[in-house]
Amino acid sequence: MKYESQGIAKMYFIAAIALFVGQILFGVTMGLQYVMGDFLFPEIPFNAARMVHTNLLIVWLLFGFMGSAYFLVPEEAERELYAPWLAKLMFWIFLVAGGLTILGYLLVPYARLAELTMNDLLPTMGREFLEQPTITKIGIVIVALAFVFNIGMTVLTGRKTVINLVLLTGLVGLAVFFLFSFYNPDNLVLDKYFWWFVVHLWVEGVWELIMASLLAYVLIKVTGVDREVIEKWLYIIIAMALISGLVGMGHHFFWIGAPAYWQWLGSVFSALEPIPFFMMTLFAFSVVNKRRRDHPNKAAVLWALGTAVMAFLGAGVWGFLHTLAPINYYTHGTQITAAHGHMAFYGAYVMVVLTMISYSMPLMRGKKAANVTAQKLEIRSFWMMTLSMVAITLLLTAAGTMQVYLQRYSAEPLPFMIVQDKLAIFYWLREVAGLIFLSGLFLYIYSFFAKGKEVEFIAEQAE
Amino acid sequence: MPTPITNIEAIEPKLLPGDLAIWLFIFMELLVFGIFFIIYAVVRIQNIELFNHYQLTLNRELGAANTLLLITSSYFVVRAVHAIKADNIKNCIYWLYGALAGGAGFLILKSWEYVDKFSAGINLSTNTFYMFYLSLTMFHFLHVILGMVILFAIAIKAKRGAYSAQNHLGVETGASYWHMVDLVWIILFPLVYIIR
Repeated sequence: MKYESQGIAKMYFIAAIALFVGQILFGVTMGLQYVMGDFLFPEIPFNAARMVHTNLLIVWLLFGFMGSAYFLVPEEAERELYAPWLAKLMFWIFLVAGGLTILGYLLVPYARLAELTMNDLLPTMGREFLEQPTITKIGIVIVALAFVFNIGMTVLTGRKTVINLVLLTGLVGLAVFFLFSFYNPDNLVLDKYFWWFVVHLWVEGVWELIMASLLAYVLIKVTGVDREVIEKWLYIIIAMALISGLVGMGHHFFWIGAPAYWQWLGSVFSALEPIPFFMMTLFAFSVVNKRRRDHPNKAAVLWALGTAVMAFLGAGVWGFLHTLAPINYYTHGTQITAAHGHMAFYGAYVMVVLTMISYSMPLMRGKKAANVTAQKLEIRSFWMMTLSMVAITLLLTAAGTMQVYLQRYSAEPLPFMIVQDKLAIFYWLREVAGLIFLSGLFLYIYSFFAKGKEVEFIAEQAE
Repeated sequence: MPTPITNIEAIEPKLLPGDLAIWLFIFMELLVFGIFFIIYAVVRIQNIELFNHYQLTLNRELGAANTLLLITSSYFVVRAVHAIKADNIKNCIYWLYGALAGGAGFLILKSWEYVDKFSAGINLSTNTFYMFYLSLTMFHFLHVILGMVILFAIAIKAKRGAYSAQNHLGVETGASYWHMVDLVWIILFPLVYIIR
């Protein structure tokens, strides 16, 4: 750690991991509710558990991105953070607002929460992933603006690197596109458009910039490969991500009442969306193969490579599985979507945040890398979480395929609930995989406290 | 005694002009357009009468003029590359401006064509032919703009003295991209406007 203010990342990362645990706890609760419908009812109904599961994911990833930015940007810009106090203040505001919102979801019925927060003044509630009360949304905008200001001033008054600028572009985009969540048209199709302008332009647009820059940063650090080489890759990857991703948004407009041309545009452009992810995989492996040093933090290298592979599989391959319009005609809104959602979020965004944490946490604790035992445990937790996520994805894909066949494709289609009953075996196995994931997460947390022999490493070349 | 080799390029000419990264990018761009062209061809076979009928409503003269503009403009960037290789920065910049003028002419004629179509009430939903016509040409239109931004950036850098006979990789890189924009149009124009 070269600059003191980088240390602010630590509190963000700790909060992120704590919320991650919450997300998975609600995930396994919901997984059980798939097969035991009245589990924890009426205290935690399925819809509330689902809302908490997805909202916690978004909030903890945002904590992770912010923490990563606070760690990365000062070092890249070669100066202290513009306003460390602002970063600390925003942390507490965001944590308290996030916590209150989650409590609101759990303690009062959603309609009552809407009343309490005066949603009728500016109605923004009730849309998947954007369920937050309007005041929380305003809070998110304030936190995001303060954050972008802080990071922006640090970048603009310091050394400007490609990584910093790509990251800043991604973060500005993140803040700007969130503004679409305040517009809530009466027309249901238009409403979906604006909803996707937030959701899609985040996860298949600007978040990819954030992810690519974080990955590039860690790869520079752990491999010592020339910055110029990595920056060139970064340019091509983000150009391709934006070209394919922006028009690729069309794949969300199939069969919802939007014009038919989206079927062509959406199919063609989203068929290209796996390419930047594939390039990211090539990039990560070629850079690690060309490494000029063996970094003592083996776990961080593994996370970085894992991110590239799993993002390609989850976002690229599993996304492509159902983005061609004729296929989506059958798979729209089935468990295939859930399969893709799980692996894409884990592979791309969860893993890139964990990569950053893995690389930076030891540095913030005054070491080059975690001790031998801790790294061993962390690597084991990597495999537990990653493989169980692969299992969840495969099981949901199997469930989805069967669902499509029984409910939509066979000569005598069955009703939704009958089909769900027939899928129970997949849901049970998915729950088992979910519990393994949870254990992996606990092991991951434990690895931070494990004591052991410090790693030995050879003196290295500059940077 | 053999003279030591100082310049690898002197004995081993480079396979591709410009930066390798731009070729990766060009390859992907061509892939996108390629997929689009193939789909266009397949859908055309299935709706041959519709396509033949509405193809006649397109303005071929403007299309032909635009083809000439882009080919001329491509020639200008070739001259710009030659100029910088001869260390003639001033000429390089003039040729780049010439190429930019060609691109601007293309955009003006194309906009005129669009205004004509839009004012006739044609949009992406009118029919499958117009859907392809509009999305293909508009996607290419955006590429012309991007190509012009790149050429303009190179012209500015050239003005600041960033390029010379020894260091002209940037000019070659931008020129390669501009040729791609031209090439795509040379396929797109007959495919959508002419072939029956």
